[in-house]
Parts: sequence; structure tokens; C-alpha cells
Amino acid sequence: MKYKDFLRKDKMPHIWCPGCGHGMVLSSFLRALAKREYHPDKVAVISGIGCSSRASGYLNFNTLHTTHGRAIPFATGIKMAKPELKVVVLTGDGDSAAIGGNHLIHAARRNIELTVIVFNNNIYGMTSGQYSPLTPHMRLATTAPYGNIDYPFDLVKLAEGAGASFVARGATAQPRHLEKIIGQGLDHNGFSLIEVITQCPTYFGRKNRMGSAVDMLQWQRDNTSTTGKEGKIPLGIFVQEERPEYCANYHHLVKTVAEGKGSE
Amino acid sequence: MSKRLIQGNEACVEGALAAGARFFAGYPITPSTEIAELMAEKLPALGGVFMQMEDEIASIAAIIGASIAGTKAMTATSGPGFSLMQENLGFAAMTEVPIVVVNVTRGGPSTGTPTKPSQGDFMQARWGCHGDHPIIVLAPSSVQEVYNLTITAFNMSEKYMVPVVLLYDEVVGHLREGVELKGTAEIINRDFPLVPPENYRPYATGDGLIPKLAPFGSGYRYHMSGLSHDETGFPTGNPATIENLVVRLQDKIEKNRQDIIKYKAIDVEDAEVIFLAYGSPLRSALQVQKQARARGEKVGLIQLLTLWPFPHELLTETFARNNADFIIPELSLGQLADEASKSVPRDKITRVNRNDGALITPAQLEQALKGVR
Repeated sequence: MKYKDFLRKDKMPHIWCPGCGHGMVLSSFLRALAKREYHPDKVAVISGIGCSSRASGYLNFNTLHTTHGRAIPFATGIKMAKPELKVVVLTGDGDSAAIGGNHLIHAARRNIELTVIVFNNNIYGMTSGQYSPLTPHMRLATTAPYGNIDYPFDLVKLAEGAGASFVARGATAQPRHLEKIIGQGLDHNGFSLIEVITQCPTYFGRKNRMGSAVDMLQWQRDNTSTTGKEGKIPLGIFVQEERPEYCANYHHLVKTVAEGKGSE
Repeated sequence: MSKRLIQGNEACVEGALAAGARFFAGYPITPSTEIAELMAEKLPALGGVFMQMEDEIASIAAIIGASIAGTKAMTATSGPGFSLMQENLGFAAMTEVPIVVVNVTRGGPSTGTPTKPSQGDFMQARWGCHGDHPIIVLAPSSVQEVYNLTITAFNMSEKYMVPVVLLYDEVVGHLREGVELKGTAEIINRDFPLVPPENYRPYATGDGLIPKLAPFGSGYRYHMSGLSHDETGFPTGNPATIENLVVRLQDKIEKNRQDIIKYKAIDVEDAEVIFLAYGSPLRSALQVQKQARARGEKVGLIQLLTLWPFPHELLTETFARNNADFIIPELSLGQLADEASKSVPRDKITRVNRNDGALITPAQLEQALKGVR
């Protein structure tokens, strides 16, 4: 299938601002998916609340737009009830790392097979530009008019520390690279987290004088590295380990109980 | 069939499994924890899923997800956990996903008195989440009723595509009584769409009021959102579409009140005084009503099995018959009495309230009865 076949074209135009990177994240995801053998009936895309989470509505799969921060536990219920589904979570930096942070670390700990793609634009866009747990120190936001005194999470390290068996970071300035790592995340038999650096020229960019969308993409080019260059934000796959997956573990438990063996 | 001596919370588990529940997600909290423990023991053997989640918000999210995938699902909690669940309870009401939420009530507010009974969640069960929303609340008062009404809760949730709350206090939850676990209870399952996937609009209800939501993965691809949505499930800002949705959500319950509202009326035809109760206070009221009748006093009793929608028509009609006085015992400052006063004049209601964690005794109710007569 072509990636465009996965779009609900009758639901266009989308709500994202001109220059927003979210469409680029979405197209990288769909291109990765199109290269794989998933039937659209067997794909479920779950999202929370925020700009990123509107993505689910534009996709011709089983799509669920849930409450703020809770996409992961909704997805967990769907995956456990129907493990044969490919369950993908589309979420943002506020949705996944602030209000939904608890669910993120626990899903990582369980190693349940969910592909979680975090659209990180460093800001709450839907509510017009408040700082998030991924807004860098002393950057500006409408709720940090004198600079953000908070320090941000490193989402990659957080997910790794929480036990995620696949952790990666991509950027909209590197769409082919992004497609590749999302694809590997989709192939991973376990919990996968892909943080994607994406530009919000309307709020984060404007507030912090970062210029146009093109300027922000250039900023990404100048400040990230896929080869581990010193002083740059690293892009790539940081964790990729085969570990027992949660649904498989549960299936094994059910089988053991059915055979009357009890705990082993 | 012989009876089994079991606890209220155990009867809840037996009822849920008999109704076809095969998914439970929960978080430990007194006095509901036995439900999670028993589900953890029993569900794997039935091929079902038990999950202990990181909190109550995740618990209700997970069961909604499971139900969207087509599995009957339940969670159980108590006051503080029920408070945390409110937002997603509203999501289930808005998206019309059937789930059952058990709230074994304890003293509040806040951490309150975890090991003692209370009925302070009467209003929260109806109005805890923001916005006008449909919900059904059932209230068993005995262990047998816990079993029966748990099955009813699942049946109503599947029939009306609505979350159902099962509300019973700590005493009913921990009480042990002989219970008949019927193997032949009627089980209702949600309707599957009749149209082929290409013509499917999930929230198109035709002449009826209840949507036919296909389980995710069944070949019907659609969008589900907590945003105000049109018949396709997609967000809308159209005022008429939003209005129709909110009104339909209310109507699907209100226009089926007769089917949903369940109660027991004892000796009310000629009654001059009527006890109105549910939960552990009902048990004391039953005894006092019986003794009063034995003395020849015209005393009746109404036991509520459905709390919401609230049976105002029943109270209006009962009151009109004999201009009866009502005695309303409850383990709160008067949430039930306040609601009842919409259909029975306030000066005809005697309130018996207790908030100290102890039970309302028959002696207290005898005294209230003397005061009225």
C-alpha cells in the first residue's frame, strides 16, 4: 500500500498551523508502515490530547482520540484484549511527559508491545504556548514570560531508565532517518519509544525568536547529530534489546494456569 | 442449586464472570481490594485478562480500551479512586463504551475512613464528571443482590452502551451471606453493526438512540473521540450536531427509565409512613418496617436498586397515594433525602443521618418512626 492510502482524505484539511512539523512526523510514520505488511484493519492508533494527538483522526485505521495523557493505558487495554493488533500511540511532549508521565514509565517497565511516537515540539501548542517538561531551561513560553526555570527531561534517558527495550530519537529535519527508526520501532517486539524533535514556529519558535519553519529545521540540522558528534543532540537508536514481551508473558501465564501448573 | 456462603465483593466477582467479563484492570484500595485479588486468581484460568495498573486513571482507561476491542471489562475501586476515575468515566459516557465500575464506598471526604461504610458518593456517582452525561447507577443491599446486580450492570451497559456504576458500601462488600449463583442468568451482549464496513457510521443510530459500535479490529475502521462528534465519530463544531449528540446521550437513558429503574416496594399501598433506603441502612429499615407491621402500624418500605436515573415518578406517585411521611436513613449528610425532596415535600421527610462510620441501627429507626407517628 502507498502511505497516502492510510489517510482519511475526506477529513482534510488538518488543523495544524502552516510550518508545523507534525505532518512530517505523520508522513514518516505512514511511509514506514506502508513498507510493512500490516492490514489497516489490524492497526489501532491511539492518541491523547494536544496538537499531535489530532493525528489519529486523519488515519484510516481503528483510531481512538482519548483523554489528556491517557493514550498509553487506553492502548494497553486494547493491546491486552486483542494482542494481534498493531497498536501505535501518537502523543506530544506535554501529553506523554507531563500529565501522562506515570503511564509512560509503567508501560516501558512492563515492556508491552506499543509503538509510542512522541511529537516533541517543546511547547503546549493547542493551548497556545505554555512550557512543557521538554521545554529547555530559560526558554520563553506564555507561562514562562521571564524564562523557564524548570529543567527538561531527557525523554530518551527517562524511557531507558524505566525499562523500555527500544528507545530512539529522530527529527523532522531528517525525515528518511526518522522513517527508518520508526520502522524499526514498529518491528520491535516490546515497548518502543521514539522521540521526534519537531518544529512549532507558531508558538515555540515565535516566542523564542527562532525564525520561520525553515529556520527551525536548519536549527535542527545544526544542533543534532546522527553520528554522535560532541555537543549535539544525538539522533538514532539508543536501546534495542530483545526482552520478554508483556502480552506474551501473560499468554504464557494463562497457558500455565490452564494446564494446572500454577506458578513456575 | 445450593447456596454458597460468600462475601459481597466475592459475589461481585462471581456476577461479573457470569455476565461474561473477561477483563479487569484495577488498583488496590480499601474496601474493594478483594475484587481485584479474586479477579487476579480467576481470570487467567478463563483466558481473561487481569492487570494491576499504576493508578485508577490508568485502570479505567485500560478497561475502556478493552471494551473498545470488544471484551466485557470492569474495574473496582473506592471513594478516592472513584474521584480519580471521573474524567475517563465521562469519556466512556461520551464515546458510548460499555464498562462497569464498582465503587465500594467508604467514609470521606479525602482519605476519610477507609475501613468504614459510607454513602457519601451518591451524588458523585451521578454527577462526578463534568458536563451533562448519561450514566446508570445500581445499588445492591445484600450479597445476593451484589451478584444479581453485577450481572444487571453488565447487561445494561451493553444494552444502552453506557458506563454503569455499581455502588455499595463497605458493610455490603464485606458481609458474608448465603448466595445462589444462578447459572442461567440472561446475558445481554452489545449489538454488532448490520451495515457493511463501507457504509458504516458508528454513531448513526437510525430510528433508535443507541449506536452499534464495532469492536476495534473487526473490519470496521472508524474514529472515536471524546470531542463532540458527528455520526462518523469525527469532531464537529456544528451547533445542531453537538446539541443532537448531548440530547441523544440523555434520551437513551431517560426514554428507557421504566426498563432501567428497579426497586422493591413493600407494604406501600396503605402505608402512612414509608422508609426509603438502600445499602446497609436498608437492612435496618427492613427489620423495623417488619416489626411495625407486626404491631399493626401502616408502615411501608421502598428499596432502591437503581439510584440513577432517580425514580422520581415512583416517589411522586407513592406520596400522592396516602400523603405518606418518608423516613430516609443514609450514611451521609442527606444526599439521598435532598434528591428525594424534589418529589416529596421537605416537611414530609424525616432524615436519619450517620457519618461516624457506624451503622444506622434499628433502634435509631424505631425512634425516628415514633417521632413521625
